[in-house]
Amino acid sequence: MTATPIDKALPLGKSGLSHSAIFWIGFCVVMAVLIVAPFVLPIFWAKFLTECLIWGLLAMSSDLLIGYTGMVSFGHSAFFGLGMYGAAGALLHTHPPNLWLAILAGLAAAAAIALFVAYFSTRLRDIYFAITTLIFSQIFYVIIFTWTSVTGGENGLIFSRPHFTIPFIVDARFTTTTMHWFVLTVVAGSYLILRRITQSPFGMVLQSIRENEARTRAIGYPVQTYKIVAVMLSGLFAGLAGVLYGVQNEFAAPDFVYFITSGDTVIFNVIGGIGTLVGPILGAGFFQLLRELFSRLFGEEFPYLIPLGVVFIAMIIFLPQGLLGFARRWLNK
Amino acid sequence: MHTLAAVFQDIPVDLILIQTVNGIVAGMILALVASGLTLIFGIMDVVNFAHGELFMLGAYIGVVVIAATGSFWLAFVVSSLTVAILGAALQIITLRPLIGRDPLTTILATFGLSLVLQNFALWEFGPTARKVGEPINASFQLFYLTYPWYRVVIAGLSAVIIGGFWLFLKYSKYGVWIRATTQDRVMAQAMGIPVPWVYTGVFAIGAGMAAASGMLFSPLVGVNHTMGLDWVLKAFIVVVIGGMGNLGGSIVAAIFISLLESYASIWVSPSQAVIVSFVVLILTLLFRPTGLFATPK
Repeated sequence: MTATPIDKALPLGKSGLSHSAIFWIGFCVVMAVLIVAPFVLPIFWAKFLTECLIWGLLAMSSDLLIGYTGMVSFGHSAFFGLGMYGAAGALLHTHPPNLWLAILAGLAAAAAIALFVAYFSTRLRDIYFAITTLIFSQIFYVIIFTWTSVTGGENGLIFSRPHFTIPFIVDARFTTTTMHWFVLTVVAGSYLILRRITQSPFGMVLQSIRENEARTRAIGYPVQTYKIVAVMLSGLFAGLAGVLYGVQNEFAAPDFVYFITSGDTVIFNVIGGIGTLVGPILGAGFFQLLRELFSRLFGEEFPYLIPLGVVFIAMIIFLPQGLLGFARRWLNK
Repeated sequence: MHTLAAVFQDIPVDLILIQTVNGIVAGMILALVASGLTLIFGIMDVVNFAHGELFMLGAYIGVVVIAATGSFWLAFVVSSLTVAILGAALQIITLRPLIGRDPLTTILATFGLSLVLQNFALWEFGPTARKVGEPINASFQLFYLTYPWYRVVIAGLSAVIIGGFWLFLKYSKYGVWIRATTQDRVMAQAMGIPVPWVYTGVFAIGAGMAAASGMLFSPLVGVNHTMGLDWVLKAFIVVVIGGMGNLGGSIVAAIFISLLESYASIWVSPSQAVIVSFVVLILTLLFRPTGLFATPK
């Protein structure tokens, strides 16, 4: 990678504050804005923001592979969908439905198939990895779509939202606002964990795989094991996003396991800026906002993916680092 | 008690034979789709995600031309040529600026193209499937089925197109250019071969082949904006099993996969029969990650 000292060009480092102080101040400001948002926004936009955060988590999980390990996954819909269906299963079979059990079940389901997918797909690189993950996600789609007795087939599963419970202390029904806060907490927590992972020695090895796989192997790192763990971690966070989406919308549908969801995830990453973690969240928000804008301006029927696809292609050609690409080095410091 | 032998005795021989014919017909169309895909990959290192959409557009342009003129074969020629030209234009606009960049960016760009084309088709033609009449109505008796000759013609025509293309690669001047570029693009450039235009030409040929197969296939199932996705997935499987960039390998793999799927659909529904090819893919990746028919480099 070319060492462009972008952070030195920005006045950020010279203001007397340390890098981490600026980072945490920025983090707190953004969090404060997001916490207050549901009070200010009308209910539709509050829900919209919550969904953007969930899509952001999905995109961020995939960034661990695309941006940090250099593996483009076209199969994140499988992890997302399995998280969703795992949570749905737990919610439908426990009385009263328990939120934490749903999260656990969703994560377990996503982790199980992530292990399966990782074991096979990490044997391959680059394009082959992308195609394999895509085909794996289609396998799970076909299974979910045709196994009607368990998954509800085309209709999916419908359930009611569990209460937020902490045993003996709290048992509250989710409102739009508290649901938003809950999602925000999970997404922000995941961001901090993912950031820690990418800055850890483990994350450094992933980045070194991205930069030069052969050399990383020559140094003596078991590259495939690292890749398997990376895919599993990524699948786990994607599954978490699936659980949140299920709980937010009170259903699980096979459409979300379909490859379109994986494609959207990749688009979020490219638009927002790969390898930045926050970029993909921004990309998801930007994508959803444009989509909403187009359908408001030109009606529901308007094929918003045509202009979005054109924007996407243009960005790949002219702005491959994405919206937040300019801050990539600074954010990863 | 059902022993394994009894299970095999229950299989009706005539059904097996009918499914064999069906499998070969589907396999030849798939081979036509996959050979375009593998050609584009082998020469340009581009995984063309939009290949299924070119297939679909070919079928739609056919629908339009048939509505205007009533001739299936005219539509076949017009749609192949139109999509080939469109392919060339798309290659120049979206892929040419990416030459020399990470091959993964080309996946993303063609994925964007597929989104645009698919949604354009949905917008322009609506979500309902269009019917295309078979140009040949004659049929023959295959056991208890009256089997349409058209299906046999499709298989034959696909074989002729692939064969013609192979001859083109082998003997014509431009075929030599293409093969030279595959072997060593820098050296080919040094020898005066206009490599960027070879890329464009190859993409156009691949697009035209996809459109031709879409057009040939359209009377069997009807034309719909999502029809490309199933095919591109199958073609990906075929191309990986056959060895990326290996033309002969992908033709064999296409027929192999289609036969397996049509045998499997004797017992399970066609949508579940797809899983069989997924399993073959996984086994291939496990034991021969470079493809079953890959030539060692």
